[in-house]
Amino acid sequence: MTGKIIAGVLAPHPPHLVYASNPEQNEPRSEGGWETLRWGYERLRKSLFEHPDKKPDVILVHSPHWMTVLGHHVLGLPHFKGLSVDPIFPHLFRFNYDIKVDVDLSLLIAEEGKNEGLITKVMTNPDFRIDYGAITSCYLTNPDFDIPIVAISSNNSPYYFSNEVGQQQMEKLGRATARAIARSGKRAVLLASNSMSHRHFTTEPEIPEDMSAEHIYHHGQYLWDMEMLKMMREGKSRQLIDCLPEFMDMALAEVKAGALTWMLSALDFPSYKAEVHAYGSVIGTGNAIVEWDHFTNAKGLAGGGK
Amino acid sequence: MKSEVTSKSPSPVKTLKTPAGSLITACYIVPGLPQPLMASEKNPGWKRLREAMENVRDEIAASDAEMILYFSTQWLTVLGYLFQADKNPKWTLVDHNWHEFGSVQYDFKVDAEFASVYAREVKAMGHYVREVNYRGFPIDTGTVVAQKLLNPTNRLPAAMASCNMYAEKQETLSIGQAAMRAIEKHGKRVAVVCVSGLSSRYHTEEIPFEKDFISSAKDDEWNRKILEILGEGNLEDVSEVAREYSKQANADMGFRGIWWLNGLVGKTNDFTGHVFGYEPIYGTGNGVVGLYPKRAIKSVPGWVNDEADLVERFAKAPPRATAPMPSSANAHASAPSKSAASATSSSALDKIVTFEAPKSSAKASEKNVSSKKAPPPVGPYPHAKRVGDFLFLSGVGPRKPGTKEIPGVQLDAEGNVVSHDVEIQTRAVLENIEAILEEAKSSLKDVVDVQVFLTDMDRDFKTFNRVYGDYFGYVGGPSPTRTTVEVTALPTPICVELKVTAFLGSK
Repeated sequence: MTGKIIAGVLAPHPPHLVYASNPEQNEPRSEGGWETLRWGYERLRKSLFEHPDKKPDVILVHSPHWMTVLGHHVLGLPHFKGLSVDPIFPHLFRFNYDIKVDVDLSLLIAEEGKNEGLITKVMTNPDFRIDYGAITSCYLTNPDFDIPIVAISSNNSPYYFSNEVGQQQMEKLGRATARAIARSGKRAVLLASNSMSHRHFTTEPEIPEDMSAEHIYHHGQYLWDMEMLKMMREGKSRQLIDCLPEFMDMALAEVKAGALTWMLSALDFPSYKAEVHAYGSVIGTGNAIVEWDHFTNAKGLAGGGK
Repeated sequence: MKSEVTSKSPSPVKTLKTPAGSLITACYIVPGLPQPLMASEKNPGWKRLREAMENVRDEIAASDAEMILYFSTQWLTVLGYLFQADKNPKWTLVDHNWHEFGSVQYDFKVDAEFASVYAREVKAMGHYVREVNYRGFPIDTGTVVAQKLLNPTNRLPAAMASCNMYAEKQETLSIGQAAMRAIEKHGKRVAVVCVSGLSSRYHTEEIPFEKDFISSAKDDEWNRKILEILGEGNLEDVSEVAREYSKQANADMGFRGIWWLNGLVGKTNDFTGHVFGYEPIYGTGNGVVGLYPKRAIKSVPGWVNDEADLVERFAKAPPRATAPMPSSANAHASAPSKSAASATSSSALDKIVTFEAPKSSAKASEKNVSSKKAPPPVGPYPHAKRVGDFLFLSGVGPRKPGTKEIPGVQLDAEGNVVSHDVEIQTRAVLENIEAILEEAKSSLKDVVDVQVFLTDMDRDFKTFNRVYGDYFGYVGGPSPTRTTVEVTALPTPICVELKVTAFLGSK
């Protein structure tokens, strides 16, 4: 059976959202906060899991906080358990995780990546700590962690040359991922774990979840975010990709890490309209939860990889 | 570009002699990639780097250092600054990229008290700070590698500070300087370690480990030049070219680590330098450098956080045969006054360079004013300029006319301000202003606006106000508008400067 991409999701990973949700796995406790974005993730979960035929077998996540400098790495052991402490916000995120990995699909992605001319590596050190970005996006998408994941690292080295070189690599990785999913016979959801505009405040209110202090950092970056979201909502993913380098420069967009390009490439740059489940700011950064419902709009076909 | 830097075995261990009164025993720059610690057998250069760091380890052990302070460009923060405050952090590190080399168990001893002192200093500067004391907090690979190789038995307590990836030069320099203030408050002798690579362009293709090389010839040339300058002890010079170096050779985190280190030591070249080694690690450049202070390093009073302040601060400059000459053609360095030297510190005051005030203005509608009864300017500007009915005075300090003597200040042997008397200085400022106004056939009665710059508002404002009242606050006297601000520093070691505007009308 040919595997299928069920959906692609722009799934940001501010640890604040986990902190605000008070899951038992997270040590810090909050009084809430950032409800708009958390409700957006609720809508995403409803969209992904309510239809029995749509429910995925595997969740793939590309996170900018697993940084590698040589190639694209994938988790290569079936189970990881440990404590992930956010190095930036340790007071908000100290999360005890217990995550299953779809190693078969990881290996297929590594193989197909090599076929695209990319360097890929399989991470098999059992002491490895999964990064907080991947955990946050996965937790908010599937809090029960009852679906195995595939985590893919963010390869930074192409960006020493240019954003364009980096984006080209991510297009290749997207094609490789789509082919691997097709070969796997699984139904997959792809999480591009990125915020949008990424300028943020350099201070924090005494109570981090004090929403009276939360707003977008700068009107200009809000306008950029809206322009990008407009293209997503109009199904202009090719045009969106063309604009990404400028968006990265003008709004310090986190999509520089390549996750959005990877995901849209895997979906073969869809022309159908994406669903924006929510938009909101976290310490001034712009964050949107956006779903490309491949199951409904593309009949669950395997994405790119032609 | 050619340099003497070569990849060679480290020199024998030095027995360090810390300069009298210095709390800094030595400063080191070491790489933070895991290869020297975890895979030194895979490449002869990685092994040489390990040996170089072991040499530093032995040097620190032979010194009288009581603590090691690490600043790692791999501990990145985006929200202010973090300080390791767990007295005994322990965990298992797996590097995100080099996980194939295995795991590192660490169990460190940290001076949490220093973390608090340093955090308070940085917080006082207005930055967000956090003392990190959380089980499982991920200490970065750079700090772990350095600590494992330089202080493997926890013989010395360690302190660890983060690097803000968005902080630019002046902020990073100031965070470094804050470390020096914290060290003085803490009172322990410290070996300072900046964990930073040189060029950071990795190979983008797989290469056999044993055939490693610097990924770009241009990067290699830049690295060697930088190491040559550091080998001469010229840290400040490297700090000044860091931006260009970073642009040309993609230096590790914009070479912020060097800014931090240079800020800590007060922006100086006053070191003996030694390059222990230089090697590639997967295309990047990595050097092990020792910088040994020639004199006691102390914090800088009135630290200037100003991008325009590109030169070494005069109060901390190394001894020179003559005062540095300004580039302006009409500048001249006055002979130091013996009376001034005896009143305070000749070494500091000798460095005040004065200028001959421009006598005429280029525009017919303006007229420059200069007075021999007022102290000569410390830059190419007139004492005052008349434009229409108004007379604008340059900022005026308390220096005595015709000398470099500053009344009401006590300096130590190195030119640091020990104490100042704002009353004496305020009266001297106003006397100098009166002299300039007199030259323009004016007086304090014509003053319509005053801007006041104080270096210590809390301490001096009340006294200043009282003295000011003697000149402006009496019944029937002039009542100019006034603005008073506190500034970090003034160009010479004074505590008050006034800038006034007078209305001359038809005079």
